[in-house]
Amino acid sequence: MKRVLVANRGEIAVRIIRAAHDLGLEVVAVYSEADGAAPHVRMADEAVAIGPPPAGKSYLDMTAIVEAAHGSGAEAVHPGYGFLSERADFASTVEGADLRYVGPKPEHIALMGDKARARAAAEDVGVPTIPGSDGAVEDADEAAEVAGEIGYPVALKAAGGGGGRGIRIVHDEATLHSQYKTAAREAAGAFDDARVYVERFITAARHVEVQVLGDGERAIHLHERECSLQRRRQKVVEESPAPKLAEATRTGLLDAAIALCAEIGYRSAGTVEFLVDASSGEFFFIEMNTRIQVEHPVTEVITGVDLIAEQLRIAGGEPLRLRQEDVAPRGCAIELRINAEDPANNFMPSPGSLDHVVLPAGPWVRMDTWMEPGGEVPPFYDSLLGKLIVWGPDRGSALARARRALGELEVEGVKTTKPLLATLLAEDWFAEGEFNTGTLETWLEETTNGSARG
Amino acid sequence: MADHEVLTPVPGTFYRRPDPDSDPFKNEGDSVEAGETIGLVEIMKNFQPVEAEVGGTLARFLVETDDTVAAGQPVAVVDDGA
Repeated sequence: MKRVLVANRGEIAVRIIRAAHDLGLEVVAVYSEADGAAPHVRMADEAVAIGPPPAGKSYLDMTAIVEAAHGSGAEAVHPGYGFLSERADFASTVEGADLRYVGPKPEHIALMGDKARARAAAEDVGVPTIPGSDGAVEDADEAAEVAGEIGYPVALKAAGGGGGRGIRIVHDEATLHSQYKTAAREAAGAFDDARVYVERFITAARHVEVQVLGDGERAIHLHERECSLQRRRQKVVEESPAPKLAEATRTGLLDAAIALCAEIGYRSAGTVEFLVDASSGEFFFIEMNTRIQVEHPVTEVITGVDLIAEQLRIAGGEPLRLRQEDVAPRGCAIELRINAEDPANNFMPSPGSLDHVVLPAGPWVRMDTWMEPGGEVPPFYDSLLGKLIVWGPDRGSALARARRALGELEVEGVKTTKPLLATLLAEDWFAEGEFNTGTLETWLEETTNGSARG
Repeated sequence: MADHEVLTPVPGTFYRRPDPDSDPFKNEGDSVEAGETIGLVEIMKNFQPVEAEVGGTLARFLVETDDTVAAGQPVAVVDDGA
């Protein structure tokens, strides 16, 4: 394998090009009409225009991407994250076109993309899932019976829902019957499907995920990442190791991730996501992401493993080079996501021209970005401008370095989330690692209301 | 008869429907009230409504679904009947 096509844009395209060049591979970039002057186009050895600005007509156009690979002599396609990265049909189209797909086998993308099948696959290898009804319940009586078994509080969830919509929390049997009726009626109205299922509701949950690498035969983990600080299910800050995680829980979820990957014969990089009950230390499988993730540098920084390079090696047919005992994490890494959004105006997207950019640098500071002075942030794609990743021998020094490095970042021309991140880094609860998946949104409401009262 | 241009406040991709399976917000010739949504602009995976500033009749659209638009670009014309 000598030449790889990167089917993406922005910071992840830049990241993949660098890993490929480090391995001595040539790179073909693709770009929409909005990205002609983007850094990934300039950094690649060849660049192919694939269509107009809207992603549906360019970065999501499978035919255009396969044609670009064939026309440029690329032998492999790296999908990055987002866009076509979790489409089993794209992976099989690529492989069907005599190209290597730098990612998992298509059947594993399909398996993990189907929530019910993914849950069953986890249960098959003894990985705990959130206790609940076996599919939808028949009526309120059955819901009450299930709730009695798994214990309150429970969540009533619309079987046809998703993304956090159509969820009602019930704290006791007395209110379950009336809430069930409301939940079923709302589900029918919102999703045209009145079916409801019951699940244990974890009051204070942490999102902890495990990075895995496999070659189809053997799989290893590269430890965990803590990603509880989220807004609208979008991660804002990630770190490793996870603070306040009991050693037994950590070992349990690392083993669970490996058991799942070994059982299915997983290939390439992937992430197994868990919810951890902060009070009991119990953990539950939520889903597996069958691609490289935005926050992968956190793992790279503490382990010294270049995950994208490993993906490329595995796609080239090499067996996994690392044994589990070769992966020795060191210190603490924290990542801050810099988005082109205005935190003072309800996170309004902020495209525009980058009039002025100064990037942080110095010891143990890594900035994965496509920002450059004079660059143009188009309105058509997601708002991620870059990620600031810092390392320290312990969490306290990593935090201090994060504050210092963020202070060095200067961006003018578009609004960014820098001021919000700076405020967050100054919070005691953050410094103490005292947070769960609900903390950031609650904090945002309080700080926004506070500044409005002024 | 006075024509008023409806401007999109943000750049991005224009849509005349709330989602692909629904009817358009407005067709040409429909009546429009001030503040009513006549389309959406997708900006960085967010959907921002484009609202008519004055009421009247939606005389014509200047862009179609999937067209890319610039901030401040006119997307439709409303005739206030005055």
